[in-house]
Amino acid sequence: MDTDTSTQTDDNAAPPPPPQPQPQPSTTTPKRLARGATRPGDRIFLALTRGSGILLLLVMAAIALFLSYRASLAISDDHGNFLTTFEWDTRGTEPRFGIAVLAVGTVVSAVIAMALAVPVAVAIALFLTHYAPRRLRGPIAYVIDLLAAVPSIVYGLWGALILVPHMNGLFGWLDDYLGWTGIFSWDEGAPRAMLTVGILLAIMILPIITNVSREVFRQVPRMHEEAALALGATRWEVVRLAVLPFGRSGVISASMLGLGRALGETMAVATVLSPDFDLHASLLDPGGGTFAQNIAAKFSEADVFGRDALIASGLVLFVITLLVNGAARLIIARRKEYSGAAA
Amino acid sequence: MAKRIDVSGLTAYYGTHKAIDDISMTIEPRSVTAFIGPSGCGKSTFLRTLNRMHEVTPGGRVEGKVLLDDEDLYGPGVDPVSVRREVGMVFQRPNPFPTMSIFDNVAAGLRLNGMRRKSELDDIVEKSLRGANLWNEVKDRLNRPGSGLSGGQQQRLCIARAIAVEPDVLLMDEPCSALDPISTLAVEDLIGELKERFTIVIVTHNMQQAARVSDRTAFFNLAAVGQPGRLVEIDDTERIFSNPSVQATEDYISGRFG
Repeated sequence: MDTDTSTQTDDNAAPPPPPQPQPQPSTTTPKRLARGATRPGDRIFLALTRGSGILLLLVMAAIALFLSYRASLAISDDHGNFLTTFEWDTRGTEPRFGIAVLAVGTVVSAVIAMALAVPVAVAIALFLTHYAPRRLRGPIAYVIDLLAAVPSIVYGLWGALILVPHMNGLFGWLDDYLGWTGIFSWDEGAPRAMLTVGILLAIMILPIITNVSREVFRQVPRMHEEAALALGATRWEVVRLAVLPFGRSGVISASMLGLGRALGETMAVATVLSPDFDLHASLLDPGGGTFAQNIAAKFSEADVFGRDALIASGLVLFVITLLVNGAARLIIARRKEYSGAAA
Repeated sequence: MAKRIDVSGLTAYYGTHKAIDDISMTIEPRSVTAFIGPSGCGKSTFLRTLNRMHEVTPGGRVEGKVLLDDEDLYGPGVDPVSVRREVGMVFQRPNPFPTMSIFDNVAAGLRLNGMRRKSELDDIVEKSLRGANLWNEVKDRLNRPGSGLSGGQQQRLCIARAIAVEPDVLLMDEPCSALDPISTLAVEDLIGELKERFTIVIVTHNMQQAARVSDRTAFFNLAAVGQPGRLVEIDDTERIFSNPSVQATEDYISGRFG
């Protein structure tokens, strides 16, 4: 403000030019519009937030650089093809390792989990918001929250000790009726297979998808539901006309959160699956692997080069997750005009 | 199509709270009946009992009779869903389905009724949009989202959606209170045209509007805050606004309270 006074004194010094622009308060300098960052609180807050933002970017960049560097060391020494080799041997003088099996296993288990979990989660969320008696809504939501709080190793133990032994019936049934497709043929091996993993992952991601979907469905404007009701819509038709379209992008986001967890889940997969490095046409064959499971299984006994190779596989998982998220954003953005956000 | 509404001894509750008490009236077909009265007097609640929308509010409950011609809307075994297909409704804030195109909005009710044939839908959608004086403004963009229209256009879209299913009665809950004067005028003109075909009931806070559009006017009032709303009188609009038979009506209309 000091600099301002000088210009002001100039104004006053000029002997009364008849039309004074504004009647000036006698004691203070004329008010100027306050400029940002002049108040100490604002300055400190700005510095803090900006600093945190920059720090985050730096950390991310450092991680990315470190990982890419270590990964590139491993990949450049890979005597197999990093993308297509069905092997993970990092110890010999001619290491051969490839991510094909891991990529397929990760995607397949996550797809199974999504296919099972999303419809059930959406149904639970709709039940909680539109069908359940008011008194039941709280308790059921609470139980679902509890499911989300169970550590993944507990899921893994439950999966290995209880789920796996109980899968024989389902596997036999699938083999009987759908075995001809090849995807569901079963040679009576232990059911430590991708389907079991997918089912376990589905249970694990159910709570997050349910909770986020429920939040979205709860926010459907009353007036959209009344619009449908007034047209003579039944309860299901209200859901179809007003609730689901409004919640679509929210359900996609919720599913992406679940998918992220399914792609990255480690312990539960590691305890249930009996891994190998082959591609299996049948979801009921024991074997295969996922990125996270492979890293968990091999990391502790790997040498430096072996760890670099695992880091390289982790980078691929990261890229896959990125692509999936990007695709989801694209879907949401394409529907934005119709999303109801404007209404 | 247009039917007479005969209400007798209608009382509505929200939980234990009695919102309107013992209302009886007759609403003539092919006419516009306006409900006026201070806030909280139950005129919107009463309107919503006429298509059984009151009971979708948690705790909402109704006693009494509403005859549509000779059929009791609250008779045993009457499905509220089928009632709402006969008695259409337009709300205070325009509420087109935001995820649907203009065409699909108008066709929504028809599709609920099982109409699938494209040519049939095309015809009725055009007829309804013409009926709502909206056709010329939207005929080139029927596939665009309804939420992209102006507020007044959206409200006329909602009217088109409501009349597409050819209801017997059209209920309007303050249909112009979220609109600018020009859009209000458009909707009022439309109401004048629609009364040739439908029985129209309109709740309004705007007494000039009631005087402009309605044939009959009902004045609702409540004894005190927290008390149930009552029907004070219903009469020809002209008489209500010039020489009402109850003092309270005159006080309200001349702005002495409320």
